[in-house]
Amino acid sequence: MYLYDDYDKSLIRQRVEQFRDQVVRHQRGELSDEQFLPLRLQNGVYHQRHSHMLRVAIPYGTLSSRQMRALAEVSEQWDRGVGHFTTRHNVQFNWVRLEDTPEILAYLADFDMHTIQTSGNCVRGITIDALAGVAADEAVDPRPFAELLRQWATLNPEFAFLPRKFKIALSGAEEDRVLLRSNDVGLQLYHNASGEIVARVFAGGGLGRTPIIGRLICDALPWQHFLSYITAIVRVFNRYGRRDNKYKARIKILLQALGIENFVREIESEWQHLKDGPAKLTETEYRRVAACFATALPPVSADDATTPLCHDKEFLRWKKRNVRPHKIDGYANVTLSTKPGPGAAPGDLISFQMQAIADWAERFCRGEIRISHEQNVVLAGIRQEDLYTLWSLAKPFALAASNIGLITDIMACPGTDFCGIGNARSIPLVHAIQSRFDDLDYVHDLGDLTLKLNGCMNACAHHQLADIGILGVEKNGEEWFQITLGGEAGNRPKLGKVVGAALKADQVAETVEKIVAVFLSHRRESEVFADTFERIGIAAFKAAIYSNKNGSSAS
Amino acid sequence: MKKIINGQIQPPAVVEDHWKLVRGSLAEISNHGQSATILPFSLWRELRQAGAQLDPDKTAIWLSAEDDFRDEIDAILALPLVAIDFPDFRDGRGYSIAYLLRTRYGFKGELRAIGDVLRDQLFYMHRCGFTSFDVRADKDIAEALKGLQTGFSVRYQGSADDPVPLFRKRQEAELAGE
Ligand code: SF4
Repeated sequence: MYLYDDYDKSLIRQRVEQFRDQVVRHQRGELSDEQFLPLRLQNGVYHQRHSHMLRVAIPYGTLSSRQMRALAEVSEQWDRGVGHFTTRHNVQFNWVRLEDTPEILAYLADFDMHTIQTSGNCVRGITIDALAGVAADEAVDPRPFAELLRQWATLNPEFAFLPRKFKIALSGAEEDRVLLRSNDVGLQLYHNASGEIVARVFAGGGLGRTPIIGRLICDALPWQHFLSYITAIVRVFNRYGRRDNKYKARIKILLQALGIENFVREIESEWQHLKDGPAKLTETEYRRVAACFATALPPVSADDATTPLCHDKEFLRWKKRNVRPHKIDGYANVTLSTKPGPGAAPGDLISFQMQAIADWAERFCRGEIRISHEQNVVLAGIRQEDLYTLWSLAKPFALAASNIGLITDIMACPGTDFCGIGNARSIPLVHAIQSRFDDLDYVHDLGDLTLKLNGCMNACAHHQLADIGILGVEKNGEEWFQITLGGEAGNRPKLGKVVGAALKADQVAETVEKIVAVFLSHRRESEVFADTFERIGIAAFKAAIYSNKNGSSAS
Repeated sequence: MKKIINGQIQPPAVVEDHWKLVRGSLAEISNHGQSATILPFSLWRELRQAGAQLDPDKTAIWLSAEDDFRDEIDAILALPLVAIDFPDFRDGRGYSIAYLLRTRYGFKGELRAIGDVLRDQLFYMHRCGFTSFDVRADKDIAEALKGLQTGFSVRYQGSADDPVPLFRKRQEAELAGE
């Protein structure tokens, strides 16, 4: 992991003191609500339905055991013992008091943690593949670049008041696990013919009200220029992005307005002034940062390289779904599901679960924890021979659900139970759906099937990129849900299609069952949902869903 | 007399200011008689095109984020002061314009922030090249000065105040330490 040095630590401390002063001035009335708003947002403080919420950054998804324990402590001391892990490498505490936030920040700073730019119209936290550095299909480890970009973005004086938020994602693997083309900028790292690290740059992707798949704007950007090139993009955005309508302010709209050619021309011409300037990355700095991420795993002897024979069906099922290959033989990457079914909200961890995860990480994988954008916990570099022990330990903590990538591994936002922006509650629906899919054999037989649920168009949980997407909409003060089908994340991202008129909350779980039934009746052998959908199209689903006037006028 | 923050001196201080800011029309100027005036960019350009004799020591301009000033850049570089307007403190275009004026075009004169200029943004503005701050009239300017006094000692990225990013300094510090 990257370890903060004196520079990094003092910046965080100074930020805490700055915010402490701002909170006091706000309380004294010297800062109006309006003036305080962007200041608190850029420190991760939201005003929600019932209370304030604090969003803490987990830079590129990596936490140490020490940090995880600190989060557990925050939840105990200042919240209700729960942390909600989001789809963008953050953790949210939903029940904090505004006046406590400076204290919480000071406490987090002791553990090299902060809330800087977790919200607001600025460059947000960089997201990367949860399997960065350990995935078997990875060409380039994105973590050093994510850290360099974190530093570039942090308190960047020119880009604190952008037209809208700006999100960057990086990946160096064959399979895109970070939605490169649903971010404002996505960098796909690879080696060119001469073995140098370069990136394909995608821009203008995004979900929300106007979902758009990002466009390729540069085919092979040398790594030395990552900061200068992204500076050029953000500067063009800052100067020319729309500011009159918040729904048209993201860079995707600017790209569309200019057209791809003009957009690229603007960026290239800006970049010409910057490319060989002081922001050009140096070999020395790259090595310094990359060295922090190098983990030397001791070689595993041939005998220990495989999981000991075990006939426990439950364990085998878990191993099949939740364990992925590691770069190095004898090791594996484990995903702990935060979605055991009704009784837990996706992404939520209770303090004692956080503490337990911290212990296991120390015991089995050098104290390093990752949070995936699917809101699960990844422990990377576990010895094959330890898998069974880890699974047995995780079980009583409700962290051993064997459902990664299955229909019950639902990605969901907190919805209006907490979120002040949304239209609809999402957690009760998650549970209603999970209850209908409680037969494990059946669920496993369905295979890879993504279901994502959002409380509003903001699409924090990316419903447009799911096999089955569910979106909460408001109609005459009531909650309705719109279903989309056939969306896809990954290397060929695709937006789902709206299947028809919106449904009432109590019809949704049943509808999901109907969708699955249509899939099964048309499925060829062990085909995955996406392939069946591709083959048969939306009509059969539509017919089944609306056969008995299930639909309504609220489209 | 009106007060502004001068961020070019060390330490930054609240000072008296003799510039008159003209927001509107030509009529406003006549009221100011012989005093030094900050003219709207478009008006300044019209006057120059009409052949008006403008006292080079007493003429400055202010830019809005929409103004395309590139064709006039040589004349702008000769001005003693350029102001950039922040119609709303959340409108961040002025930061990029200041940065460009300083680094791309090499403007050496006084660069002033006007409009919705507030304490909590001064540090960022200063980094982007602003040297004076016309703080919003209803705010206590002595209080606002603290925005420059309590900045951050760590600056990861280069900007107009210092183009060298921290990573290059870390590197030098390490080399020196070896
Ligand atoms: S999708 Fe909407 S309701 Fe859900 S968390 Fe995001 S903003 Fe809130």
